[in-house]
Amino acid sequence: MRAAGLWSSLLALAAALLLPWYLTHDGIAAAPLAGLAWLSDPDFGPGAGQVLAQGRWWLLPALLAPAIGLLAALLPLPRPARAWFFLLAGGLGLGLLVAQGYAIGVQGWSAPWLEALFGPMEDRQFGVGWGGAMVPAALAVLFAAGLAGRGAFRGDAFTATVAVCIALAIAVFTAMPLVLLLGDAFRDAGGALAAGALFSRLADDRLWSLGCLAGAPRCGVVWNTLLLGALVGAGTTALGLAFALLVVRGRLRLGRPLRWLTVLPIVTPPFILGLGLILIFGRSGIVSLAASSWFGVELGRWIYGLPGVLLAQLFAFTPIAFLVLIGVVEGLSPTLEEASSTLRATPRDTFRTVTLPLLRPGLANAFLLGFVESMADFGNPIVLGGQFGVLATEIFFAVVGAQADAGRAATLSLVLLAMALGAFFLQRRLTARKSYVSIGGKGDAGLAPPLPAGVRRLCLAVALPWAGLTVALYVLAISGGFVEIWGRDHTPTLRHMIKAFEISGGQLTGLAWNSVITTVTLAAISAPITAALGIVSAWLFSRTRFAGRGALEFATMLTFAVPGTVIGVAYLRAFNLPPLELAGTGAIIVACFVFRNLPVGLRSGMAAMAQIDPSLDEASHTLGGGGADAFRRVVLPLLRPAIMAGLVYAFVRAMTTISAVIFLVTADTELATVFIVNRVINGDYGLAIAVAVVLIALMIVMLGLAQLIVGRRRIGRRAAVAPSIQPPGVQPGGAVA
Amino acid sequence: MSELLAREPAGIRVEGVDLSYGATRVLKDVNLEIRPGEFFAFLGPSGCGKTTLLRLIAGFNAAQRGRVLVGGKDVSALPPWKRDVGMVFQSYALWPHMTVRRNVAFGLEERRLPRAEIATRVEAALRLVGLDGMGDRRPAQLSGGQQQRVALARTVAVRPQVLLLDEPLSNLDARLRVQVRRELRDLQQSLRLTTVFVTHDQEEANTVCDRIAVMNEGAVQQVGTPMELYDHPANLFVAGFLGTANIVPGTVLREGGAAAFEVAGGTRIPLPPGLAVPEGARLMFRPQDVSLLPPGSDPAGRRLIEGEVAHREFLGASMRYGVRVGGAEVLVDVPHTGGEGHLQVGGRAALALDATRVKLLAG
Amino acid sequence: MSRAAEVRFERVWKRFGAESVAVRGVSFTVPAGTLCTLLGPSGCGKTTTLRMIAGLEYPSEGRVLIGGRDVSALPPAERDVSMVFQSYALFPHMTVLENVCYGLTVSRRPKREAMEAGRAALDSVGLAGFEARLPSELSGGQQQRVAVARALVLEPSVLLFDEPLSNLDARLRRKMREEIRDLQQRLGVTVVYVTHDQAEALAISDKIIVMNQAVIAQEGTPRELYASPASAFVAGFVGEANRIPASLRRLDDRDAEVSIGKARLVLPHRGLPDGPAELALRPEAITLLTPADPAAMLEGTVSKAAYLGGVMEYTVATPSGEVFVVSPSAGFTPASGDAVALSFGRHGAALLPGSLGTAA
Repeated sequence: MRAAGLWSSLLALAAALLLPWYLTHDGIAAAPLAGLAWLSDPDFGPGAGQVLAQGRWWLLPALLAPAIGLLAALLPLPRPARAWFFLLAGGLGLGLLVAQGYAIGVQGWSAPWLEALFGPMEDRQFGVGWGGAMVPAALAVLFAAGLAGRGAFRGDAFTATVAVCIALAIAVFTAMPLVLLLGDAFRDAGGALAAGALFSRLADDRLWSLGCLAGAPRCGVVWNTLLLGALVGAGTTALGLAFALLVVRGRLRLGRPLRWLTVLPIVTPPFILGLGLILIFGRSGIVSLAASSWFGVELGRWIYGLPGVLLAQLFAFTPIAFLVLIGVVEGLSPTLEEASSTLRATPRDTFRTVTLPLLRPGLANAFLLGFVESMADFGNPIVLGGQFGVLATEIFFAVVGAQADAGRAATLSLVLLAMALGAFFLQRRLTARKSYVSIGGKGDAGLAPPLPAGVRRLCLAVALPWAGLTVALYVLAISGGFVEIWGRDHTPTLRHMIKAFEISGGQLTGLAWNSVITTVTLAAISAPITAALGIVSAWLFSRTRFAGRGALEFATMLTFAVPGTVIGVAYLRAFNLPPLELAGTGAIIVACFVFRNLPVGLRSGMAAMAQIDPSLDEASHTLGGGGADAFRRVVLPLLRPAIMAGLVYAFVRAMTTISAVIFLVTADTELATVFIVNRVINGDYGLAIAVAVVLIALMIVMLGLAQLIVGRRRIGRRAAVAPSIQPPGVQPGGAVA
Repeated sequence: MSELLAREPAGIRVEGVDLSYGATRVLKDVNLEIRPGEFFAFLGPSGCGKTTLLRLIAGFNAAQRGRVLVGGKDVSALPPWKRDVGMVFQSYALWPHMTVRRNVAFGLEERRLPRAEIATRVEAALRLVGLDGMGDRRPAQLSGGQQQRVALARTVAVRPQVLLLDEPLSNLDARLRVQVRRELRDLQQSLRLTTVFVTHDQEEANTVCDRIAVMNEGAVQQVGTPMELYDHPANLFVAGFLGTANIVPGTVLREGGAAAFEVAGGTRIPLPPGLAVPEGARLMFRPQDVSLLPPGSDPAGRRLIEGEVAHREFLGASMRYGVRVGGAEVLVDVPHTGGEGHLQVGGRAALALDATRVKLLAG
Repeated sequence: MSRAAEVRFERVWKRFGAESVAVRGVSFTVPAGTLCTLLGPSGCGKTTTLRMIAGLEYPSEGRVLIGGRDVSALPPAERDVSMVFQSYALFPHMTVLENVCYGLTVSRRPKREAMEAGRAALDSVGLAGFEARLPSELSGGQQQRVAVARALVLEPSVLLFDEPLSNLDARLRRKMREEIRDLQQRLGVTVVYVTHDQAEALAISDKIIVMNQAVIAQEGTPRELYASPASAFVAGFVGEANRIPASLRRLDDRDAEVSIGKARLVLPHRGLPDGPAELALRPEAITLLTPADPAAMLEGTVSKAAYLGGVMEYTVATPSGEVFVVSPSAGFTPASGDAVALSFGRHGAALLPGSLGTAA
């Protein structure tokens, strides 16, 4: 506790003395002032300089709080007294710094009553920089050390620090943006609070109209979204189940290749499938062209709308349902089915009365997952939606469209958020109900029965053509990048590739270089942060006990349910103004990547943690290792495969995401996915595909490398491994995740 | 081995501990005194709170009320890593990513001991459990019994004040269990280490422990040496949990100075003089306190009760008969002397009860 | 329910892959209406044997006959056997009654009839009134009984148990094994029972088949196994046994004189030739005496003494090695360090055929 207090105070003090307090758009290294002059500069100076030379007295806590913490750590005080000092210095310092940040903005006082209270303010503040971010962060740690010293978190400073930091991070990067967005929904066009604004927007006919049933051209976007979600959920679940049954129980030789299907959605931006569909069924798609030239039938634009989006999403998300259901089917205890067969049930009876009912919670889970994925998908509807609007795209148009109606965007986001959360809660209730899988104490080793012949035939009839179609779609989509002009001139060419990635005279002159490099850089920055945060919070949530843990875990998981579009709009709203003026920087994109992907890392971390018997860290505790030691020496080494997987997954997801970041990119920070979507919208398919191919290749290489590394380090994860007879060829876990 | 002797055996005191999870009271006003150097058992059926109590001493659980003292020092507020308490887990909890030697060295490294001392103590600990030469193996390469010994070596290497064992034998098969429990006892004796052993198996507790606390439903039922508990159980639960007991309902009759116990059907069993008679008492006696005779006369002139053999179980060293007398069934152990001459199921037999061995117990 | 059937194995092999042999040419017969235990350490092949009776595994070679009918290639549903699994394998999504009726329901029996039979089966295991519960709402012992009821309701000719008590605690284990034995006696059904616990096997079996390393080590009644183990392995696995070096001289075609130190004993020679031999001596067949006692056969010193509820366990160091003794806790109870003498008779002692040299 003392050490944590000492180091955090020192860090805060150093940051206040040395790091530029405000955001410098040129970066810290490029301080244009010679010598030590920057120390007192109003733009580049650190906290100390701002207080002493610029008279910005409100930054005084940045100096005083760490000083008090340092003194308390160094002076020979009794533990409770020291803890009180840490608590006060950390808490008050942090509180005052936050308060001043919001009180004094670009136009002086941010609210009239402040001026009335403190007198006029000549000065103005822009967003905080390294110093302004580091000092409060270090003060939070000081505060945590104080909490631990008071006996919270079982007196363990490490646990306290982790918990406080995660809580703050969630508050700043998830809760605050959403709350602000929610507030916007209640504002009228002028920005004033008006409760009625929300209701009038909610009552908008464009949302709820059921006119299409009565022959009108279209229905409300809410109905569209729900219909699409339900169809995609049901479709992907059925297809995924067929695949999963075949792979786990079908006694097929195709098990391994089919498993590769699960890798596809991980490495592909989802809208690539939409693009593939356009290349086949679009106006200049090969099928459309063939139909008109051979049969004289004009297929027209039918693919643009519900059919197209539905097809694209089915193709895109079936592998995800497959991945989920493989786990569910493998998790079925074969003993239950063996018991059924000794009770004279035929294989069909067993399948109908035991296997399927046991799969039910897993099926419901897969359905909800498909539903949520469909709702959150932005890429396919924007590419293929045409007149068929869904919430994700409507929000986009409300932000970037001609009207630029922030209130409408907020309201639509609210509706989408409510639907996503509803699905999330349903899913949680399903999974919270004790799963059927782990009943009984010591397990029997049993053999899973083969599928009944009829079921197997049905699965084959559904799955194999679908797998073939998926592969064909990918092949076609990719080959579109290597012909002159799709639909008109199918001469093979590397023209698009060269246009995108040309290097001439040592310069990267290709059009896509900029966006690809930005994407890789930002993904590479965000991946380690995401993985580390995910693992640390997984440890916190599964291994420590403290008041409010449940709430914190819930809040973290909740982020997962928030559709990317909503996050994008919310970030745009929240980080546009000081003190956290991140809009337009790479930092906002990194933050978005990290907090979008954190729940995924957290989940896989928790799953990995569940494999590690808690007595392993308890043993470390009884041998004298505190929280940090148990984490560092026992948990981390055991989690190495999970960390590796988390790292790769965070990286890959960052590379393929589109929905959230499309709101956050600028010309400087254009990402590859955004680049591709823009090309698709402009009809420049060749270029779009060329870039997508490079992205996919890059990610497959990453995954392959990770698989190699992780595969070698598959050390026993349980202390005592029960010997069991496993059906051959079934390895636990998919590729990653 | 002298490197591993307990510095000075410490006692453990548990004072007025109450512990609840939500509405469930897991420990109810538990008071215990475990003497320095003693081998002590918490014995009880699953769910009786014995493991919770052990984990309370280790520091993994916190009580709502009461305190825990180790070596006279109140440790209630300390986290496990500040308690100097060694624990062997039911699953052994060996770290699969470390070699045996690294596992054993862990606690010593946490204590920032000099390298050389760590090395000597690790070797001493491995020698102690008979695993010298296995230091470079990984836990996965060891058998269950060997893993168990590594867990033990890892714990005693740090010379804890007290050693806690959480059902350490339950993952071993029946044969190995008997062997390991003897080794445990030897080890404890040679290190003079205060040891607490959690088990649901009375035979295990009897063979290795100096004293036993019998627990049920979160409360300590009785504390004593194995013999005290067996011969003078405080209540029916203890009588039934330690060994097999015949428990017979009935009423106590007094005629002059002598007391007798009348069971249903009118049979009277004379009670030894000076036996305390609690309220609502039932008669308790052990299967070996009864002898089984052919129906008819008794050479010693004892009172005989006749019944029918309802079932029998071969226990190896003895044969256990269930004899139906009236509505009740009396269990009788007869030493197995080989050959035949056994009573058959369905046959009649006479029971001769050694009246000096009976007890009256409150329900 | 008097359709109890005999179970026969004829030179049955079971291989997993090329390398591992789980059952190696095993032949045995379980007479109809008896309770037979397959006993052995883990990995000895006993569970695989049981699963071959159930039809959950198929023999690689040899024949399995139930009631004289070759069922080697029949699926479980056509074998007229029921099985109680180690984990009970109750269907978590069905109520207790639905679980119990399951076999009848999938056999297309009328619903009313199935329900009635199910209730009766539940009643017979003492769980009347629990029909509507889910398995997760029952204790371990209750779940076990549901599993038994579910297996019984089909009135199978053979009932199989795979370590049914291993998930219960020590007290409950004793109680449940009595219940299983009672049930078997009452219904007269053939039971094959797998366990690694010798006490369980001794207590409930009509016949025990001891397995070790994929073959049968010995079969016989509990008392036969206990009194005349065929090998050191069986002597050590069924009950405890001291193995004491001795020398043997044949007296006639049945008996031999066995010398242990200066003591002499006449025992069946069990086909052993004259010369060194090994004697299995049950710990409870040894009497502890004071050193001066005229009946003394072996002398030694008590190195350990432990109380075991009614009996004492001693380890005595003797010239013939450490001897483990169990004796009543009443009477002569020496302490650790005391000099004692040991005596024993024909009972509880047996020569071990084939143990010298071949003992693993």
